[in-house]
Amino acid sequence: MSLTLQFVPYAEIENLSSLGRIRKLLNAVKEGKIVLLEGRLKKEEETELIKTTMEEINSEFKGIELAVIYPESHNLDPLKKMRHQFINALLGDRRGLTIVGPASIVKEIKKDPNKIQLFTTDGPKKSRKKKGSD
Amino acid sequence: MGSQVGVGAADAYKINRKLYKQNPRFVVSGVIKKGAAMIDFFKKFVRKVFKDIFRKKRNLKIGIYGPPNGGKTTLANKICMDWLGEEMGLVSNIEHETREIQIKERINIKKDDNELSFSLVDTPGIATRIDYEDFMKKGMDESDAKQRAKEATKGVIDAIKWLDNMDIVIVVLDSTKDPYSQVNITIIGNLAARDIPVLIVANKVDLRKSNINKIKAAFPQYDVIGISAKKGTNMEDFYEALFVVAG
Repeated sequence: MSLTLQFVPYAEIENLSSLGRIRKLLNAVKEGKIVLLEGRLKKEEETELIKTTMEEINSEFKGIELAVIYPESHNLDPLKKMRHQFINALLGDRRGLTIVGPASIVKEIKKDPNKIQLFTTDGPKKSRKKKGSD
Repeated sequence: MGSQVGVGAADAYKINRKLYKQNPRFVVSGVIKKGAAMIDFFKKFVRKVFKDIFRKKRNLKIGIYGPPNGGKTTLANKICMDWLGEEMGLVSNIEHETREIQIKERINIKKDDNELSFSLVDTPGIATRIDYEDFMKKGMDESDAKQRAKEATKGVIDAIKWLDNMDIVIVVLDSTKDPYSQVNITIIGNLAARDIPVLIVANKVDLRKSNINKIKAAFPQYDVIGISAKKGTNMEDFYEALFVVAG
């Protein structure tokens, strides 16, 4: 089984509306691609992505797996935190990485602060041939 | 020449503002983004001030949110049994048992001299994937499984739509599972963005695999209360924390 990873630079979604961003991600996922988006969606857009996904689930499309890797900011000193917030407000949230994949391919994305593991669903099981003794 | 030629920045802003009011999703221009962001900030501020003023005076809506099978309905039942003497909904080992919003009104809880009056809203589990074949693996026939999947997707949509109606949200997480799932982070992030007070409950602490510290580490900015809704463990602390969150 082969996997297709599609990298989407933040510049590609920067000028899109929320609906446009969600559509772009979902269209790629529905084509069976795992999308690696530079940066992250807004919190409201993440919820909207889940909602839109639910609206489109059918016997073919089983949903998505989603993970956002994002540098923690609550450990930063207030000045740095403010600077990050200011940059985010001006340029959009380009920090971090968003991974979205089709549920039919991506079984689970496990995440802890230091690593991310992507588990794919089992492909069709191959029948094992018993080694005969001839 | 098109009629748009010669429109000044102020006019453009007015036009964009009108479009934004009609459908905020489709607005893309920079002028509008800045205008909309300012208005959103102002709206949030006003909403927060009003919420803070009226929170103490009216009947609160407390929502129970979380991923499927975390024990939301078990907790809702426990609260209702403790204070109303009746249960709220059915529980099951199969995911998405609660597929509709359920409300119990006029719950009064008392502790010392404090009293809290609220409506409890139990919501369907929020998920990013729903596969009818998963229900078939648990013994359901195909048509029932497909129906359950259809209702479950609608339940998730309704749960998300109801977020804005909540005054306080109890997020119920299964303490035997990985707390770093994006659904948990998205729900809690959304509540923070909406300025809705959150109480995180680490449920199922009676189980051997339970790890409440992992939940605390995942959400360090929130209070996390470990309970077993099924066995009624630590419910006193839970009610105390609820009073604190309700202010």
